[in-house]
Amino acid sequence: MIEIVNLTKFFGLHKVLDNLNLKIAKGTTCVIIGRSGCGKSVLLKHIVGILTPDSGTVKVNGQDISKMKTRDLAALRLKIGMVFQGGALFDSLTVAENVGFGLIEHFKVPQRELLERVEEALALVDLHGIGSLYPLELSGGMKKRVALARAICMRPEIILYDEPTTGVDPITADSINELIKNLHDKLKVTSVVVTHDMKSAYRVGDKLAMLYQGRIIAEGTPSEIQNTDNPVVYQFVNGLAQGPITETIDHFRIY
Amino acid sequence: MTSLERFFIFLGRRALGFFYYLGGMANLSWQCLYLLFTTPLKRSRTFAQLKKAGYDSLPIVSLVALFIGFIFALQIAYFMQRMGSEIYIASLVALSLVRELGPVITALIVAGRVGAAITAELGSMQVTEQIDALETLATNPIQYLVVPRFLALTLMLPLLTLYADFIGILGSYIICVFKLGISSSMYINVTFDALLFKDLFTGLFKTLFFGAIIAIVSCFEGFRVEGGAEGVGKATTRCVVSSFVLIIAADCFFTALFYFIFP
Repeated sequence: MIEIVNLTKFFGLHKVLDNLNLKIAKGTTCVIIGRSGCGKSVLLKHIVGILTPDSGTVKVNGQDISKMKTRDLAALRLKIGMVFQGGALFDSLTVAENVGFGLIEHFKVPQRELLERVEEALALVDLHGIGSLYPLELSGGMKKRVALARAICMRPEIILYDEPTTGVDPITADSINELIKNLHDKLKVTSVVVTHDMKSAYRVGDKLAMLYQGRIIAEGTPSEIQNTDNPVVYQFVNGLAQGPITETIDHFRIY
Repeated sequence: MTSLERFFIFLGRRALGFFYYLGGMANLSWQCLYLLFTTPLKRSRTFAQLKKAGYDSLPIVSLVALFIGFIFALQIAYFMQRMGSEIYIASLVALSLVRELGPVITALIVAGRVGAAITAELGSMQVTEQIDALETLATNPIQYLVVPRFLALTLMLPLLTLYADFIGILGSYIICVFKLGISSSMYINVTFDALLFKDLFTGLFKTLFFGAIIAIVSCFEGFRVEGGAEGVGKATTRCVVSSFVLIIAADCFFTALFYFIFP
């Protein structure tokens, strides 16, 4: 259960998040949609506590992230997996060391079990026998899948995805969508997916939330969002060049 | 807004920026020291950093120290020959290398070679979100990245300095014995007569701090990187410039301090 109340965040003088409220129930997949640079990734980073709110609270499993002690926060983070947009794999470590990073650093797992867990995580993302390669030797799509393997290797309760299907070919994108759905169906993982790929959003989401100008302006099931009468959401989900979103930008540009 | 107001706003921003910089660096130093003594050390990572900072710096330190030895011997010989007292070249070279040139030159080489590399590495990790990824994997980036580098640099700089002192004196020995015709045993005797324990101690003691300065400045600049490849470049420049200035300033401080403590 993730509960975000009145979250506000400034970067310098720019208000990125403005009194944002959002609740994500346990075991559901919530997709946050919005234009590039609207603060979706910033929102994700608040959930895992990398960024701290200027005001408002972020509660995960009933605990306020910004008030937690270092040790408790570390324990909570082990239950959260995060998949970064560019993968964020450690280039000085091999694929296997990357995937098993959490286990190696925090648990004294015997070598054999470690290798099994790593192989299992890599198999889940359809990668085999690449454990000894370095991230430099992988393609963009493979990096993304290794990042996904790293997040699921710790068997987390919550997985945060930052644009999981951006920059990969349509077939890989579909297999990633499939994987997100499977993790949700089989392991009852709570997922938060940030994306602007509407196909993926409709496919994996139990709930869609649209982030616009620092706030959640619409929430609903995929079909509710698809048949919205909110002109802003309508323009975004249908990918129209003309509409209220682009008009506001033009407005700024003129004055 | 008048230009006077703008001037004061500019001044205020600059001052605030400076204090944020100092505060950030002090905070990083404190956290690094705290974690160094309170958390178990990762041996393999520290060893890798010891090799990078120490062993890998040997060739360039050797080369520069040898040349400094050559140059120093010849420059001093120019004056000493006029006075007819060439034998004092040995004591002058030994004292100035061990007390001053060895520590500072070694620190500047390491700041340029190792410090810049650390900033570039950590900076690239920052812009590719690897530092954020460490945090999400419940690993403190300061413990994982800064502590091994801090330890490696503070341990290795005194050893490298000792080595540079030796090579520098060897360079001067080569010039004096093979070019100026001073006898080998004479040169060695004069060198050992000139050097006191306190010369060696004051020379090496300050390198501990030079090492700490390089480690903290380079890691701090690396963590602060914003804005892609250009940001990494700027941070690397800032790292080298700040390290140089701080090393020289610290050297000035220690030289004055030791001058009064060990007159």
